[in-house]
Amino acid sequence: MSETTPTNTVLKITLDTLKIGQEARVDRVRGGRANAQRLQEMGLIAGTTIRILKFAPLGDPIEIFLRGYHLTLRREEAAFIEVTPL
Amino acid sequence: MSLDSLSAPIAPSSSASRTIALAGNPNCGKTTLFNALTGLRQRVGNYAGVTVEKKEGKLQVGETDVNVVDIPGIYSLSARSLDEQVARNVLLGTQADASRPDFIVSIVDASNLERNLYLTTQLMELGRPVLVALNMMDVAAQNGIDIDAAALGEALGVPVLPIVASREVGLEPLKRRLVEPLPPLPKRHWKLAPSLEDEIKKLADFLTEHQLIEPLAAEGEAIRLLLNDMEAAPVQIELPPELENRIIQARERLEAADIDWWAVEAEARYGWIKHICAHAVVTAEGFKHTTSDKIDRVVTHRILGPLFFAFILILVFESISRFAQYPMDLIGGFFDYAGDWVRGLVPPGDMQGLLADGVIPGVGGVITFLPQILILSFFISLLEDSGYMARAAFIMDRIMRRVGLNGKSFIPLLSSFACAIPGIMATRTIENPKDRLVTILIAPLMSCSARLPVYLLMIHTFFPSGKRIGIFSTQTVVLFSMYVLGIVAAIGMGWLFKKTLLRGHSPPLIMELPPYRFPAWRNVFSTMLTRAGQFLQRAGTVILAISMVLWFLAAYPKNIQLSRNYATERQQMETRFQAGQLTEAEKEQQLAELKVAEASERSRKSYLGTMGHTLEPAIRPLGFNWKIGIGLISAFAAREVIISTMAIVYSVGDDEANENTQSLQKALQNDRYPDGRPVYTPLVAVALMVFFVLALQCMSTFAIVRRETNSWRWPFFMLGYMTALAYVTTLIVYQGGRMLGF
Ligand SMILES: Nc1nc2c(ncn2[C@@H]2O[C@H](COP(=O)(O)OP(=O)(O)OP(=O)(O)O)[C@@H](O)[C@H]2O)c(=O)[nH]1
Repeated sequence: MSETTPTNTVLKITLDTLKIGQEARVDRVRGGRANAQRLQEMGLIAGTTIRILKFAPLGDPIEIFLRGYHLTLRREEAAFIEVTPL
Repeated sequence: MSLDSLSAPIAPSSSASRTIALAGNPNCGKTTLFNALTGLRQRVGNYAGVTVEKKEGKLQVGETDVNVVDIPGIYSLSARSLDEQVARNVLLGTQADASRPDFIVSIVDASNLERNLYLTTQLMELGRPVLVALNMMDVAAQNGIDIDAAALGEALGVPVLPIVASREVGLEPLKRRLVEPLPPLPKRHWKLAPSLEDEIKKLADFLTEHQLIEPLAAEGEAIRLLLNDMEAAPVQIELPPELENRIIQARERLEAADIDWWAVEAEARYGWIKHICAHAVVTAEGFKHTTSDKIDRVVTHRILGPLFFAFILILVFESISRFAQYPMDLIGGFFDYAGDWVRGLVPPGDMQGLLADGVIPGVGGVITFLPQILILSFFISLLEDSGYMARAAFIMDRIMRRVGLNGKSFIPLLSSFACAIPGIMATRTIENPKDRLVTILIAPLMSCSARLPVYLLMIHTFFPSGKRIGIFSTQTVVLFSMYVLGIVAAIGMGWLFKKTLLRGHSPPLIMELPPYRFPAWRNVFSTMLTRAGQFLQRAGTVILAISMVLWFLAAYPKNIQLSRNYATERQQMETRFQAGQLTEAEKEQQLAELKVAEASERSRKSYLGTMGHTLEPAIRPLGFNWKIGIGLISAFAAREVIISTMAIVYSVGDDEANENTQSLQKALQNDRYPDGRPVYTPLVAVALMVFFVLALQCMSTFAIVRRETNSWRWPFFMLGYMTALAYVTTLIVYQGGRMLGF
């Protein structure tokens, strides 16, 4: 991938740890290739800005805002998305 | 390949007709555009061999007939899901029962441009001219997005026409464009690293050389095959071994060069999209609270959200139970009337019996479900069209996950409390085939409304109304337990199926929450009517056959040894009436009793009766006698039929079953075994109800599962597992109950 150079020692922040209303930039989508590709197709690629909007009443899944639309995904998948909070 | 065949696909298939395909993301307004273009001239079916919906329509522009093919709503053409796969096949002309489109209309939601254009970039690689219909221009404007359609078209290299499908704005220019000479084939403008481009070129050449795909679409296919990891895809496509090898080798070469081949495609496409949008779009960047977000503040609120959800559910079920009853009675009455009419018209005999006692009540029994289906599909399409359905899945996902399913399975399961048939039809919103199948398999365990009359008969006959358990009457507790049993069984079986037969990691829930929109009534009603039509047509044939078989089993054999000579007795009554020994009323009453007695004996000695006797040893351990056996067999037509069958078997007459429930209740209470033990105890009643909770006694469900899964295997599997489950559970309940001294 384009930027694999930094961060081998630093523990990356993942999307599931963010709070409501927080914005972040996607750095990398890990996890199974097929799952990662699904997320990428939905627009979650490196450099995309996302915003945490809401958690479902039982705490999971998460609702996020990106590229002008709303997407929901489970914490399980969100844990594979490395981000830099803005 | 000659040059001829290279250029051939670009020309319309004939001067007077053209086939176009509508493709777009879910919720982009595709259905709305399709309806606006074709009006009522559309046909809905299935693609051969799969459960993906096939929608086609026609319109005429000037002299030209345009066939419109509606492709399922998808986010990508990578062909991981069944919908995506069928979409790809249709667009490439490799789907057997669909003709290849001459022209692809890519519908793009202007208010959600970047993600929608992702699919467009893939559509542009299929070797067909593409036109972008830029829909929802009104919403985009509202959200402060300003799109220069001409500049966008310039940058994309394909014509772009702005429209507002829901208000039919911009449709005329669009229609005209559909029949004009086709635009040139789109080109791929985004590029990957040279080593990747190299591999793509090699693979594309291989595909062309071996005629695995038409040359114009070879590059796009090479990109898809090389860069998409299909390992975890729910649907696998078998590739020729040599092709498979080439792909593996190419990937190995790339990995050796330290290239993450699986991460480059989306990045490159979105990169190009960003570049295009920079030219043609002025956006108020960032997140703004829209009306939709305000609605969501309540609707998916931690506390208000579930309350609102419960309110919607109550509303839907109240409507079904309130508004369906009257038309259902009306339909029932109509078929009773039709039966009588046929009896008056056709001379007594097999023909009359087959029609009046087999076909008409059988078909009638199915059509009475129609009001429920109409009402439920009305609400479901309303909820879907308005955008609420995705929120329901959002709220319920956490709970459904316990069973191994996701939030989308909740509504179909819930619908099944009214009737499993619309519930099973509603599983179409579940994309993952395994999850969908599990949901279908457990849906009939929810206690549907047809079970209620059976529960009520048993409860009212064998549980005195005065008794209480705690603050609740015993009757309520028993009834409630039956519903709970169904739910528990569904959860258990769902879990079991996901662990065993339909194992496989569920794809994660990655779902769009579309903005709330005011539903388009035309869409809602057209969906509702389509569903109803499909139900009638799909279930109809199987049901007709089963009704005829059941009638035959109940009516034959004809020449049986009867214990009394009914004809002579009738004669005698007539003579006594003539002689003044009987009043008119007495005669009528005795004749009626005689008729019931004869019907009862005939049914006992019919094939169905014989089957009841044959079945007896098997069901005796459950506490059932052969009369219940007959009831169980006939209940396969529809559960509530057991009541009228039992009425015949117990000689209480079957006309006006309601009036006779009293006498049926007495007959059941008084039925004894030869040794004087009562046949029915409260325990037997519970056992019978438990059997009804768990057994698949509904030919309409059977028929609809056959249709929806497109196989005989699953309906038979369902019949098998539910019968086994019902048998074993009832056995445990009855024998356990006896040991405990009930
Ligand atoms: N404001 C506005 N609403 C639209 C427009 N086109 C469609 N809609 C609405 O958008 C919603 C979704 O439209 P559909 O036609 O059902 O979308 P679809 O692409 O068929 O969605 P799927 O059936 O999920 O694939 C409906 O409520 C439509 O009334 C438009 O141009 N402007």
